[in-house]
Order: sequence, then C-alpha cells, then structure tokens
Amino acid sequence: MALTREQLASIAALARLDLSAAEVPVYQQSLSSILEFVGALERVDTANVAPMAHPLPGLSQRLRPDEVTETDHHEEYQENAAQVAAGLYLVPKVIE
Amino acid sequence: MSELHHTSLTALAAGLRARRFSSVELVRAFLARIDRHQGALNAFISVTGERALKEAQAADAALAAGAPGALLGVPIAHKDIFCTRGVRTTCGSRMLDNFVAPYDATVVAKLKAAGAVMLGKTNMDEFAMGSSNETSYYGAVRNPWNPQLVPGGSSGGSAAAVAARLVPGATATDTGGSIRQPAALCGITGIKPTYGRVSRYGMIAFASSLDQGGVLTNSAADAALMLREMAGFDPRDSTSVEREVPDYVAALEAPLTGLKVGLLKEFFEGLERENEARIREALRIYEGLGAKLTEVSLPNLPLSVPVYYVVAPAECSSNLARFDGVRFGHRCENPRDLRDLYCRSRGEGFGAEVKRRIMTGTYVLSAGYYDAYYLKAQRVRQLINADFIRAFQSVDVLIGPTTPTPAFEIGAKTADPITMYLNDIYTIGANLAGLPAASVPCGFVGALPVGLQVVGPHFSEARVLAVAHAFQRATDWHTRVPQGYA
Repeated sequence: MALTREQLASIAALARLDLSAAEVPVYQQSLSSILEFVGALERVDTANVAPMAHPLPGLSQRLRPDEVTETDHHEEYQENAAQVAAGLYLVPKVIE
Repeated sequence: MSELHHTSLTALAAGLRARRFSSVELVRAFLARIDRHQGALNAFISVTGERALKEAQAADAALAAGAPGALLGVPIAHKDIFCTRGVRTTCGSRMLDNFVAPYDATVVAKLKAAGAVMLGKTNMDEFAMGSSNETSYYGAVRNPWNPQLVPGGSSGGSAAAVAARLVPGATATDTGGSIRQPAALCGITGIKPTYGRVSRYGMIAFASSLDQGGVLTNSAADAALMLREMAGFDPRDSTSVEREVPDYVAALEAPLTGLKVGLLKEFFEGLERENEARIREALRIYEGLGAKLTEVSLPNLPLSVPVYYVVAPAECSSNLARFDGVRFGHRCENPRDLRDLYCRSRGEGFGAEVKRRIMTGTYVLSAGYYDAYYLKAQRVRQLINADFIRAFQSVDVLIGPTTPTPAFEIGAKTADPITMYLNDIYTIGANLAGLPAASVPCGFVGALPVGLQVVGPHFSEARVLAVAHAFQRATDWHTRVPQGYA
C-alpha cells in the first residue's frame, strides 16, 4: 500500500518526530515499500492460531515482593539531563 | 610480545594465571594494536586506555594474591549498547552522544566481577538497527578482510575488533542476527544465547521480545568461557530466566557420535552457489565426526523477515519513546513548547534508519492497523515457532548458512531498506523463536570468510558450543587472520 503525504505526516506526528521537507517523500516511499513487503503476512492462514506472547512457551511474568530495593540516585541521574533546577527536570511551560 | 594478540582468550586467561605475562603487558599490547588500526577500521567509539591500565594494575595485584576470577586481567571490549558506569555509552546514536551511564549493565558487572578489563566501547549500527554498521552516527566500520566492505551489523565494531585481533573477545547483542551475521562476515565465532539466558539490564533496548546479549570471539571455546561468566538469572531483568548456567567450557568436548543434524531445506534457498559449497563441505566434516544428517523443512520460515519487520519496529517505537529530550539524551535548542521539544529533539537526535523503524512501528501499532499488522505478525511468529519445535523433535541441532552472501560493499544496500533487511533471512528465525544460535567460520569465497550457523533448542548453548567446537577441532578456518593484521 502506498502512504500519502498526509498519512506520513500523521505517523511522524504520532511518533513525535520532526521531519524536514526533504525527508517526507523519502520516508513516504520507503515506508510504503516496507508495508507492501510485510503485507505478505496477510495471505497466511492464521485461523485458530494464538498470537505469540513470549518467545519461551509456558513462561509467565515473574513477580517480586513489593519492597523498596533501590536507593536514591537522582542527583547522579540528573547529570545526564540538559536542564535541571532544584532537583527537577525543566521543560517549556506547559500550563499558562 | 608480538604473539600475544594471536593467543586465544582462554590461553590468555591461563597465561595470566601462570604469570607468564602481566595484565598490564597484555592491555598495553592490545591498546597499541587498537591505536594502530582504529583509523582504518573505526571499530571503536570510545577507547578507555587509562582506565584499562588502572584496572590491569589492580588485576595484576589480584593475580599475585591468588584471587579468583576466570577472566582475571583479560582485556575485552563492550558493544556500546551496554551501559558502563562513568563511561560514555552512545548506542551509536547522536541521541546519546553525551550520555554517561550512571550504572553498569549486568553483563558489564558480571564480566568485571570475573576480572575482565575493558579496553573500550565498540562501534555499532545506531540503536542496533542495521546489518552493515553503516547507520552508526560515528561512521561505518570497515571489514578487516577488505576495507571497502561492511563488517556486518549491528555488532560490526565488536566483530571487526575481534577479527583484527585488537581484542580477544567482545560483547555483542542480537535482535535479528546482529551477532551471527557480523561473525560470519568477519570470519569469527559468535553466539546468541536463548532469550532470557543473559540479562538485558543496562543493555539499551531495541526490540524487547527479541534482544539478547552474547559474545564475539575467535573460537567456540573462548565463547564458552565468556558466556559462562556473563549468563545467568538477574532479578533486575523481568525476562531473565531462573535457571542454572551449565559449565559451557566443561561441556565443549562432548562427542558428536550419533548427533542428529537437521539440514534446513529453506536455508538453502536463495543461497549463493559458492557459499552453498562451503556449507556442504562443512556438513561432510560433521558426517566424518559421526553426525547423522537429515533434511528438515520449516515451511513458515520464509515469513520470518516480514514478521520481524512488523514486530521489531513495533517494539522499537515503544522502547525509543523514552528519548524525549528531558531526562537524558539530545535536546534541541530553544524549544517553543513541550511538543516542539519532543519532536525536534527526536528529529535531530535519531538517524534515518532509526526514524524509519520508529515510524513503521508507530504505524503498525496505530488504531485500526494493530490487528492487521502487529497481531497478525505475532500469529505467524507462532507458526514459525511451532515449525522449530516440530523440527527439534527429530533433530538435535539445525545447521546451515548464516548469511546468503559474504560481506558486501559499503553503500551497496543503503538505498533500499528491504535489500538490507533480507541479509538477515537465515538469522531472524532463531530470534523469533528465542533459540540459541552460533556462527563459526567454515571457509572462504574468494578472499572473504563464510559463516556456518548452528541452531539448537532452548537452553542448549552447551551443545551448540560443543558442536561448533568439534568443527573447530577438525578445521583451522577460525585461526585465519586478515591480511595486514598478523
């Protein structure tokens, strides 16, 4: 299936990716060809086949006791942030 | 000293223990090689020489004191996807160009606990998305067998470094072939363990139902040693499996008499003639070692590439949503508002292939398409998985090619993503089904190495490695060194 320019723009918006004008037709073309390629799956009969949920059959998600095991490292972690103040991450104003 | 880089990782560990040379000598020798060849290969993103020498001094003191540690003083490199505390961890992306990991990945911590000394972080396709190492923000890695060719990907830096004997072993990860394909293209040994065998904690996520850490080395014996130290249950990874790790080294010499080897019919379709000849020769060697060959068919296997290119992008679009320009990673200049901050930070920080996969994943998960693409792919994945389970009822391992062709030219497949994706046609199946699989060198086409793939049932790493090791006892392909790297 061929994606329109508008469809591509809406995917990019959903993915929170700013694309340049030059990138749009490139992705329009390559995403369309990828979707056509994976479209081969449509023709496979999967009636009564459950979707695979885990690569190791029969394993369920492990649980642990609800106990605090981690210690506070927020100062160290915030060293990787572009803007922090008073232990908080700064972002542009959200509410006027 | 000139011969140290041709000594196996296993023998280096033993030599250190016997005090035939020191860790400092060893680390200096390998750092000198990295220094000499990095310009031509671009195999490393960061070289941590000073830190390595300090670690080596400590290792020498520990060796003198008779401290334990199977890899005490042995130099290794980590793929730059593994978080290393206090060391830049980029994942091959501009997004993480300035990211200094605040903690060690479990794999890093375990190898450190075994005494290994890290020489640096290896180059890779951006966020491990690629089969040629061309998507790295830090430039393409070159194949030591021919600098015009790709080393494979995404663990191309680790593979090139090990093949060029810049380091005796390196960590790697495999989501669709990213350990085995570069191992094949660079003429070295690599193993992707069973899903859940090696902890993914601190291993930057790409596709969480497929990602698995492993190793690249010059032999199955070396891989067995490194993997034994890396593997095991980790409460910090919810997909980590609580199951004892066998001694892969002790299991290496298991005889192959009566081993039932399955030749996967589908693995010989689309295979180049010369590559097929090398694989057939390898199979004859296995017959000589006492293995029984039978042809098996996995009729749904040809669907593994389309399944992968729904499932992997879907999971990647979700995993990479964490890069928001707020807590870590690239942040754009002067954002107008929060949305602009997200969109421009991500638009600037991610490269072309990563954006392509994020958008493919976003589309297949979006309202109205989820059932048709994602759920459908997971159903077909179940069929592929069932094919493997059925095959392993009649055979012990499956043996075939790792890749359809030897290494290709840099730039040859960048224009069409599908052509690039099809390079992983023989490797993706093991990821979809969570199976352990190794690649070992089995000869040459022209001057380029060819890889032989061994796939086993879940948690059969010991057998897969023993099968690979038996081949390496009978052949010397794994000892070949690319010209210029002697």
